[in-house]
This record gives sequence, C-alpha cells and structure tokens, in this order.
Amino acid sequence: MSAAAPAKAGLFDCRDSFASTIEALAAADPRIVTVVSDSVGSSKLGGFRTKFPERMVNVGIAEQTLVAVGAGLANGGKIPFVSAASCFITGRALEQVKADIAYSNVNVKLIGQSSGVAYGELGPTHHSIEDLAWLRLFNNLKLIVPADPWETAEAIKAAAAYDGPVFVRVSRMAVPALERPAGAKFQIGKSETLVEGSDATIIANGTTVHRAVAAAKALTSESISVRVVNMSTVNPLDEEAIAAAIDTGAIVTVEEHSVRGGLGGAVAEVVSTTNPVPMRILGFPGFVPTGSAEWLFDNFGLNEAGIADAVRQTIARKK
Amino acid sequence: MATQALWIRRRSFQMVYEARQGHPGGDFSAADILATLYFGVLRHDPANPRDPARDRFVMSKGHCTGAFYSVLARAGFFPEADLNTYMKPLSMLNGHPNRNYLPGVETNTGPLGHGLPVATGIAIAGQLDNADFRTFALTGDGELQEGSNWESALTAAHRKLENLTLIIDRNRLQQGARTEDTASLDPLDDKWRAFGWHVEVVDGHDHGQLLDVLSASPRGRGKPLCVIANTFKGKGVSFMHDNVSWHHGVPNQEQFEQAMAELV
Repeated sequence: MSAAAPAKAGLFDCRDSFASTIEALAAADPRIVTVVSDSVGSSKLGGFRTKFPERMVNVGIAEQTLVAVGAGLANGGKIPFVSAASCFITGRALEQVKADIAYSNVNVKLIGQSSGVAYGELGPTHHSIEDLAWLRLFNNLKLIVPADPWETAEAIKAAAAYDGPVFVRVSRMAVPALERPAGAKFQIGKSETLVEGSDATIIANGTTVHRAVAAAKALTSESISVRVVNMSTVNPLDEEAIAAAIDTGAIVTVEEHSVRGGLGGAVAEVVSTTNPVPMRILGFPGFVPTGSAEWLFDNFGLNEAGIADAVRQTIARKK
Repeated sequence: MATQALWIRRRSFQMVYEARQGHPGGDFSAADILATLYFGVLRHDPANPRDPARDRFVMSKGHCTGAFYSVLARAGFFPEADLNTYMKPLSMLNGHPNRNYLPGVETNTGPLGHGLPVATGIAIAGQLDNADFRTFALTGDGELQEGSNWESALTAAHRKLENLTLIIDRNRLQQGARTEDTASLDPLDDKWRAFGWHVEVVDGHDHGQLLDVLSASPRGRGKPLCVIANTFKGKGVSFMHDNVSWHHGVPNQEQFEQAMAELV
C-alpha cells in the first residue's frame, strides 16, 4: 500500500494514510462502506467518494444519526467506517456509541479524526482531549491511537479484519515516520518497544511517540537509559509491557489527551494494582487556551525538553 | 391476531405483576401493532433469527419489553416459559432488550430516540444491496421529542428509503403527562409529510387497518412510510385506559385480577 504523501519534507498527515488504506480495502471487500457527517474533506475521503460513490453514506451534520446509521449498516452485513471529527463523533454521539455500538457489540469502526488539539486555534469546543476517557469506559470497544502513517494503515487494516467495535483515533498533525525493525507487525492489544532502556520507561502513543523517542535519545548523553514503548492500543492495554516497564522502576506516560482518564490513567490503573513505582502522567490539564497545536505541545511540556525533564524527576523519586 | 394481542396483554401484565416493575400502559397501547407485525407482516424465521433476508423490526420504545418479549416468545424466538424470568437476575429478559442475549432483538434500545436512526442504517444497507427485506421501527410518540429522530427523518427521506417504515404508537401520553401538554407534537402527520415521508394515519387497535398499511408493498413510492397509529395507553383494561399513572404502574392483586377478568 502506498505511503501517505508528505505534508512537509519527512512529515506526514495520518489522515492521508487512513484514506489510501480505506480505498484499498474497499476495492478488495465490497462490504466496506464509509459513513460521514458532511466530513468528507476533513476525513480526506474525496478519493473514496470518487471511486465508490454509492458506498459513501453522508447523513449531513447529524452525529447521533451518523453513529446509529453505522450500527444499522453493520446489522445489514456491511463493515462501516464511520468517520468524523473526534470531538463530535464521541462527545456529541456518546450515548449512540454506548448503546448502538458498544453495548450492542456490532461490527462498526469509528474513526475519530483530527483528534487531540489538532484544531488548536479553534479552542476547546473542537479539541478532542476527552475522547479516550469517555470511550475507555466501554470495555469491549477496542481503542487504537496510531503514531505514524504506517501504524495508521496497519490499524485500519486490523480494524477491518476484526469482527467487533473499534475506535481509531487519527491525527491531522504532521508527524514523522517512526523507525522500526524490518518485518514489524501491528496487532491490536500489542505495544511496540521503539527504544530499549533500563532506568525508566516512557509509555506514549499517537503524536507524542516521536517526541518521546527524541527525549530518550537526548537523555543518553546524560547516561540515562530510557525505554520507549508505543502503546497504540489503549483498550485492551498490553499489560505485559506495563509489567516490564514497572521493572525499570519509573514510568512516564505521554499523550495528546487530558491527564484525566486517558493512556496515563489506564496505565496507572494497572501499575497501582501490581507493584507501584513512581509515575508521571504528561498530557493536558483540562481545557487549554487557544493556540496552535505546536504551541500547546510546547506550552504544556509535551516536547522533547518537557518529557526529558519529567523522566529525570520521576527517576529521582525512585526508592 | 386479536387472539394473539389478547395473549400479549394478559402475559405481559402477568410479567409486570410478578416482576413488580415494567411499563404496562405502553405494552397495552402497542400490543395490537406488535401482534399485527409478527403474525401478519414480518418475514422472519425464529429458527434462524439472523437470516440476512429477514425483515427487521426495531423496538425503539425499548421500555415496553412486556409486550415485546411476549410477542417474540409467542412467535417462537424462545420458549414462552422463559417469560417467567422477566427482570430476574441473569435473565435474558432485561428491563430493556439486549440483542446479544435474546434472539429476535436487532439492536439494544431503552434510551429513547435510538430506534429510527439504527433502522435507517439497516434500510440503507438493504438499499445498497437492492435487497427485498423491509425494516420497521416502532417508536412511542413522546419519544419523538428526541432530536435524533428528526436527524434520521431527514436522511431517510433524502435517500428515498421506501423499504423503511416507522410506526408511531400515538397514545398521546408520555411518562409524566399528555404529550400535548409537555412538548406538543401536533400536527404530527404534517410534520412527517413536510420531512418528505408518506404518511398513513390508522386506528392502532384495528388489526385490519394496520395490516392494510403495513403489508402493502412500498415499492415505487420513493419515500419512507410513517404510520401514525392512534392508540390508548392501557387499552383493554377499564381502569388503565388513557390513564397516565399506568405508564409504569404495577398492579396490586385486586387490580391484577380485575384486569385478567376484563382481558378475555
């Protein structure tokens, strides 16, 4: 499958990867349909509409019906990919996600686009830093937060192949392609270790993973050995990887989400019920000011320097 | 069908009496609609409840499980004896229907305003495949105050879903008061027509009228069908008739016996 076109040199918009993957999947499987709420452009589904016009259902600006129609299409034997801005597909239609998708346990793929603070300047109504906290409550809903274009494509393919409800959180922020060993495979529920280390573990996902890698590499100059785990599946968590992280004695989680109830909260639930070690949860404190996404990342310490600082401070709390 | 509707009323009232909870008023207003659907209209095979060719029925007014479970059992989706477990621990028969436990349930309902949107999605799937199954949803009338219905009303008309039929149990009572004293719905038929639907208004307790509008082929109409079925909450029992207190009322022994004496 072709990689996404670079947004800037060496940087990618994962929505492109979603779009090219869904087009390829649809060409091979006539059951695949897309459902949008006037969100063709923001979902980058213009190409899908051109190739498969009859297989795109546009319900207009109506997120409750958007999600419910997905449930109905699954009942009729389709594999619907329901795609809209993450803030609306989750918050606006939360009860439909609960009752029609998760509780009914139907084969629907929810794609939360432009998640996190990608719509930085538009303010907290359009930020989606609560979505994982809301959705984590539905125990059978798989939650995937891909970190780069390759993982986005693999997550979409895995979601299509899995028979049940899945949410994939797709960013529009420019991210680099991560370096991986040849033959790397994606599996729902399995994390990947991108950097080996023994003094602490950074557990990150989505757009923060490459920043975590940069922080870990920077700390090697101080002889601090930091593992970086890409925990792209938030539900179910890779508990083996968390147990291994506990063995390093200090854990820092990083996410483009509220510090309440997201990846950090999920990891803390596991850590606190096993053998607790010092932890730090990096993310956004709640509603944040208006500003570009990059400015918000810098201002709230979700950059290389901020993550490195958090690692140093957490290691210092080791007993 | 009259026999089946009477059975549904008697059986569901006994369920509510024994479980000490339920929604008998709405069970009774919907009993004739459900009997007509399951014994005169729907193409279904209880031995193969997920047959792709089946007609779909979505019980949007998911609180009226007394009537819904009764008709499913009567139609053969599960043993009638299972009705004795209504709302008991670990029963398949929740207070609101669950598709993962109970054959014949298409989607989990209970919160209002979910049925028509899901049914719209099912009908779109049928339209995409040019399949000949039909999709029916039954809502309460108070339930139409949920905006999600009107979102899907737009989509269903826009996509000319002639394979979709909405039946409105127009008993004019919601939980707390009359619909027209709460957030009025009239003129309800004009509203649906304005949204691009074909509308039929019938006596929702007249099996002949219901059968005529529900079994007629919708092909070639180019519009989804809305059947406004005028009904009465508590229909069939004198002290429950059109009485808001029976939305989720539970009978004492004397009331139970009187109702059973009238439901013959």
